[in-house]
Amino acid sequence: MTGSHAKLEVEGLVKAFPAAAGRERVVALEGVDLRLAAGEFVSIVGPSGCGKSTLFNILAGLVRPSSGEVLLGGRRPQELLGKVGYMPQKDLLMPWRSVLDNVTLGLEMNGVKRREARRRAKERIARFGLAGFERRWPTNLSGGMRQRAALLRTFLAGREIMLLDEPFGALDALTRQAMQEWLLEIWQADRKTILFITHDVEEAVYLSDRVYVMSGRPGRMQLCVDVPLPRPRTFAMIASPEFVELKARLLRPLHEAATRQLEAQGAHV
Amino acid sequence: MSTVPLGAQADEATTEAASPVPPSGRHAHGRHLAGRVLPPLLFAIFVLALWELLVVVTGIKESSLPKPTQILEALWQERSLLWENALVTMKEIAVGYVGAIVLGVALAIPIATSRVVERAVYPWLVASQMVPIPAIAPIIVIWTGFDMRPKVIVIALVSFFPIAVNTIDGLRSTDPELTNLLRTLGAGRWRRFRTAQLPASLPFVFSGLKIAAALSVIGAVFAEWVGSSEGLGYLILTLNNQTATTEMFAAIFVLALIGIGLFALVSLVERLALPWYHEARRADDGDEEAS
Repeated sequence: MTGSHAKLEVEGLVKAFPAAAGRERVVALEGVDLRLAAGEFVSIVGPSGCGKSTLFNILAGLVRPSSGEVLLGGRRPQELLGKVGYMPQKDLLMPWRSVLDNVTLGLEMNGVKRREARRRAKERIARFGLAGFERRWPTNLSGGMRQRAALLRTFLAGREIMLLDEPFGALDALTRQAMQEWLLEIWQADRKTILFITHDVEEAVYLSDRVYVMSGRPGRMQLCVDVPLPRPRTFAMIASPEFVELKARLLRPLHEAATRQLEAQGAHV
Repeated sequence: MSTVPLGAQADEATTEAASPVPPSGRHAHGRHLAGRVLPPLLFAIFVLALWELLVVVTGIKESSLPKPTQILEALWQERSLLWENALVTMKEIAVGYVGAIVLGVALAIPIATSRVVERAVYPWLVASQMVPIPAIAPIIVIWTGFDMRPKVIVIALVSFFPIAVNTIDGLRSTDPELTNLLRTLGAGRWRRFRTAQLPASLPFVFSGLKIAAALSVIGAVFAEWVGSSEGLGYLILTLNNQTATTEMFAAIFVLALIGIGLFALVSLVERLALPWYHEARRADDGDEEAS
């Protein structure tokens, strides 16, 4: 996995939060390496509290790393803020804006004229299953629709790299499955580079070209597995031996970590 | 490529909230309104009838407690006197209330956006409320004279506080994650303030405005008591000296109407300015009724 044209490259990323009053110094990330080629779909799975969100905050430019480098297209940008698309766990739709005005937020912040922004949004809104809901308040949308609106907002912002932090985490299993299939189609259509966080191994395997497993406290990349399943992916693949084997391989370290954690907390397993 | 039905369909099968027709149609809304207006109206009629009955049965003198029908009569007979004085008071309230909004918001924005200003000013803002305004009203009269100015100042001082405090809370209510999202979209501080902080604060601001509406009437009456030759507060004082109790009640009734009117006006503006807020609340109501 070498080559100088990685879209996004992370080397030896460390993030330590200094000791505050009554609290010890916390090392959230300890030497994280990561590589995404253009148009790749890569997932990170890890136990909660493994520093996934800290990693995303660093990549989005919201938090500065203690050390290590983030390279975009082989270069170290002056400022990371505003360079990558970022979709946090919460949909963060603004209740006082219509669906249409919510999804054009990124365009608006880029100084795109209102009419043009709306035109671009309307081109895509049907693809995101929101046609007919443009004028509604987000409060009136279902969970899945809210997530799709948040995704459309991220897509329309037009960044080539998108960080998606457990976008389907709060959805029920059936909606979730449908949303995964839908996301793959969207992604296949214009091949953005996606870094996807989830704690669902099946979701990671189903969606990705590559899956990283993170270990918790301090966060480190523990395992990196390529997913050789052909594209387009189909729902039927979930039952294939290849899929099941990959899933088991990824689950093992996660399961061990979870067990250890439980034992450390005094429970008997 | 096989086109999977847009996730929408899968969703709609599993969730209930996403019907293209709003759950509460016009019909339901009308029923809502009747349900809101009728009970308090009936209750008021009931209380007034009880009052009337009580006065008749016990034979209390009119100068102690007039009957509601007598008050109604006085309202009609003294309508021009009441109207003239109401006009004066309403003008004072209007100017004072606007002053309170300007003062409240002007204090709230720097306090909510700057830590330094917050630390320096906020404690004093709270402390200022420990000073009884009625006690300093005479001083304000000494400084400004007997015209409209002291009334406006007293009204503004009495009612700016809830506006300031609610605006501060509202401006601070922005989800920090939303702020971060806007930062990743390249929004600077002013942009973030305009797109997120300000609109998020508005429901809070309107809560403050409603409390302030009630306070402003109290402020007006008080300011007129301290030094005035017109207005409903002044009229009440004069009528009191003449033991014209029935007319006093009539004047109090008009004052209450002014307060209710201002409150209703603010509520109406809120409804028009924040349609999303009311729809969300209505949806919540619907959920409760359904469960």
